[in-house]
Amino acid sequence: MTAARRDESGARLAYFVLTVRQASWFMNHRSYRRAADPHHGTQGWKRGRKLADFLQLTLNGLAVGCIYGLVALGFVLIYKATELVNFAQGDLLMLGAFVAYMAVAWWGLDYWLAFLIAIAIIAVFGALLDAVVLRRVIGQPQFAVVMLTIGLGSMFRTFASITWSTEERTVTSPFSGVTQIADLTLRHDYLAIVAGTLLLCGLLYAFFTHTRVGIAMQATSQNQLAAYYMGIPVKLIFSLIWAISAGVAVVAGVLLSPTGTISINMGLAVALKAFAAAVLGGFGSIPGALVGGIIIGLIELYGGRVLPDGIKDTAPYIVLLLMLVVRPQGLFGTPGRKKV
Amino acid sequence: MRFLFKTSYQQDIRLFRDWTDAAWYGLLAAIVLLLPAVIHPYYVLETGLVFIYAICGVSLMVLVGFTGLVSLGHAAFLGIGAYAHGYMLSQGFPWVASAALAVLITTACGLVVGLPALRMTGIYLAIATLAFAVIIQEVFNRWTSVTKGFDGLPVDMPVIFWVPFGKIDFYYLCLFFLVLALWLTRNLLRAPTGRAWIAIRDSEIAAQSMGVNLAIYKSIAFAYSAGLMGLAGVLFAHYVSRIAPDTFDILLSIQFLLLVIVGGLGSLHGAIFGAIFVVLLPPFIKILRDEIQVAGAVGRTISDFLGKPGVEAGIFGLILVLVILLEPLGMYGRWLKTRVFFSAFPMYKRATFRRQKTYMRSERLR
Amino acid sequence: MTYFQADNLCINFGGIKAVDGVSFDVQKGMVFTIIGPNGAGKTTIFNLVSRIYEPSDGRLLFEGRDITRVPPHRIAALGIARTFQNIELFEHASLLQNLLLARHAHKKSDFFSELLFLPSVRRMEVEHREAVEKVIDFLDLQQYRDSLIVNLPYGVRKVTELARALCTDPKLLLLDEPSSGLNVEETEDMAFWIQDIRNLLGITVLMVEHDMKLVSAVSDRVLALNYGRPLAQGSPQEVQSHPEVVRAYLGG
Repeated sequence: MTAARRDESGARLAYFVLTVRQASWFMNHRSYRRAADPHHGTQGWKRGRKLADFLQLTLNGLAVGCIYGLVALGFVLIYKATELVNFAQGDLLMLGAFVAYMAVAWWGLDYWLAFLIAIAIIAVFGALLDAVVLRRVIGQPQFAVVMLTIGLGSMFRTFASITWSTEERTVTSPFSGVTQIADLTLRHDYLAIVAGTLLLCGLLYAFFTHTRVGIAMQATSQNQLAAYYMGIPVKLIFSLIWAISAGVAVVAGVLLSPTGTISINMGLAVALKAFAAAVLGGFGSIPGALVGGIIIGLIELYGGRVLPDGIKDTAPYIVLLLMLVVRPQGLFGTPGRKKV
Repeated sequence: MRFLFKTSYQQDIRLFRDWTDAAWYGLLAAIVLLLPAVIHPYYVLETGLVFIYAICGVSLMVLVGFTGLVSLGHAAFLGIGAYAHGYMLSQGFPWVASAALAVLITTACGLVVGLPALRMTGIYLAIATLAFAVIIQEVFNRWTSVTKGFDGLPVDMPVIFWVPFGKIDFYYLCLFFLVLALWLTRNLLRAPTGRAWIAIRDSEIAAQSMGVNLAIYKSIAFAYSAGLMGLAGVLFAHYVSRIAPDTFDILLSIQFLLLVIVGGLGSLHGAIFGAIFVVLLPPFIKILRDEIQVAGAVGRTISDFLGKPGVEAGIFGLILVLVILLEPLGMYGRWLKTRVFFSAFPMYKRATFRRQKTYMRSERLR
Repeated sequence: MTYFQADNLCINFGGIKAVDGVSFDVQKGMVFTIIGPNGAGKTTIFNLVSRIYEPSDGRLLFEGRDITRVPPHRIAALGIARTFQNIELFEHASLLQNLLLARHAHKKSDFFSELLFLPSVRRMEVEHREAVEKVIDFLDLQQYRDSLIVNLPYGVRKVTELARALCTDPKLLLLDEPSSGLNVEETEDMAFWIQDIRNLLGITVLMVEHDMKLVSAVSDRVLALNYGRPLAQGSPQEVQSHPEVVRAYLGG
């Protein structure tokens, strides 16, 4: 190859790569990995302290899995109601994390207040998304609407990169600190994640089963036409579901922020795993989403320690493929078939 | 207004509806054939990329647009084709053998993906293809004896039957394969196979009642689609001249999906339109940025905005959203509407293309 | 000889016996109707015959052969066609393509000859087109040939369902509520067509219907169902005056 052609081909490749790439999964992925498992990459268990090590990994995997589970929960909530998959869920997580950061760092607000404000703003944003954008595409093939959410996600990332620039930032929270119990290092931010997830799920469960609005949501997701007949304001309910789903994403984002750095592309990496988690659990099942998330989180942590270099990044996906081959409807899903 | 009088069944079976259509396509063919004579060699190569992307578009259109099976990881097949071809060339295989084998290998991979996919529906299939693509990308990274990993696998311009191909020859090569892909796909679409695909997309149960073996036709769709991607991969290897593993990530797959949607889901023309759009938009933005700078302060702000990192992806996203909201039939749909407008003028009615209001039809068992 | 026979058909959906011990036989060239209230299992029986569902017990025999375990996509080649109650047409294809698709069971080409569109494939396409045009003429669908199904009114879609089933060259035709949603005039047309199908085309018809006038006008034999179990079987007059049928379904 002549020098000129090398330059040209290099430039073409660079141009190509730059125009195509926007997120680098594994690069971003690594900052949380390092946080979750300081011994990540070293093969084998720490000698002499196998049980403690195993417990440590399990706890950390639980925390990571809860984040995936929360985002998967957001996916499933919207899917159960509207049979659409919202690929922008991860980006809503990112927006929530940044709004909370902005409230603390730029406006000087208290952490909890910022948390609530972020939830409120993004939840309203989610409802508006449904009312303004998603409502117009009812009746279009499911795949086209999924692509719509992908496009929206891309727009959110661009908006974020313009408003807050692309640098990674660290976030402080009341949960920075650790407690040592024997050989176990309990990070407070991980405990907060697990506690927050349990609390949120408890709230959602109570909401869906014991309030009128929640029951109306269940009805709408099962039979839209019948819900209309019963006088349920179906469109409003859909917007509410979107608002709740967005709120769940924000909770996940704010809980996730202190464990690593926040950046524009943090949502993308999480969303991909969360998607796998939702499918693993069976896409129509809310407990399935959480269980799926925890399984993915545990696989990631255990695999990161035990598996050889080539497989550990893709271990969750291999498990997912195996699950889909053996049981195409996921763990808790019901095999669907059209009634004719 | 041009009326189409049909006098024989052959008219519905033929490639072109009548002589006027054939004439227009002939004109297009002439323009495309003479293009390298009038434009700068750099743009000749870019148009070659348009052809390669168009083949990818046809591939994805067959799977998603005609059979209704969504694949979120189709770039993996592009990579398999590119790496297979590049590796075999480096081992001294003649070009034709290497290309043919690369296409066959990719087709086989398509079958391998398609077989378990037979039992999965909709969203599960999409995530399965995504998982497959992630795994394949890791294979590209790790199998360094074949793919040379992050260093990249170098590929020169093709040498077919001892004739070295320059840039303009490569352009014609891509054009040839695009026309071949279009012809083969069009043949399938006007034959029972293509109709079976459309039946699977619209109603699997009714398709079965008409005698369509779902397993066979879904497998054929996957295999054929992967084969076309493999062909595109062969050409793509030469275009990039150094194959890197992270080129074939999910973002490229999403770009291909964007291609078929913006172009117009459900028609071969859509693949061409989409390819033109996806390849030409980034340079267009760049030219816009340079030109608009002279338009004063407002122009400079817009130019700065366009120059920020990540804005290009946002613009792609915005266009995708706008197309789905406002023109679900894509660029080809808009083209059809414009044509009908002019041919029916002044009697064009906007409601000609109005879709019936549809309620959400559940895919699930109730 | 009994042309088609269902022998002690049973199917359970998780504890609910949707079809419980239904037996009937259909002679060649007759119109056999199944009636009953909604939820009686009529469409379920059709789904069992088209092999969309697996029976938990019982057998299906057609032309002397046991078809209980035949895969769903082979039913059309055997000569059994059906229409769907809720219209399962291919919405984004033209009417012509829907009908041509119905010829799939009789296609004689393989993938590679289609890929290159050999002259044999071209000839086969023309043959199929001619067969389809005969059905279009029979049902007066000429003006809708190139329309997309999404743009067609409901009555035309019902007729298209019938046309598509006829294009498969069936020996046994399953009609699921052919007159539902049709007005009086369209129902009369449907009655004439069903009679023509039996008399002119020699096709045996197995029908599910609610419209009693149509049932009496067209059927040779009737079976009444309730809660998945047979109530009465016989000529239309016998069944319609049967006290149990009257109580369960027809009303006083």
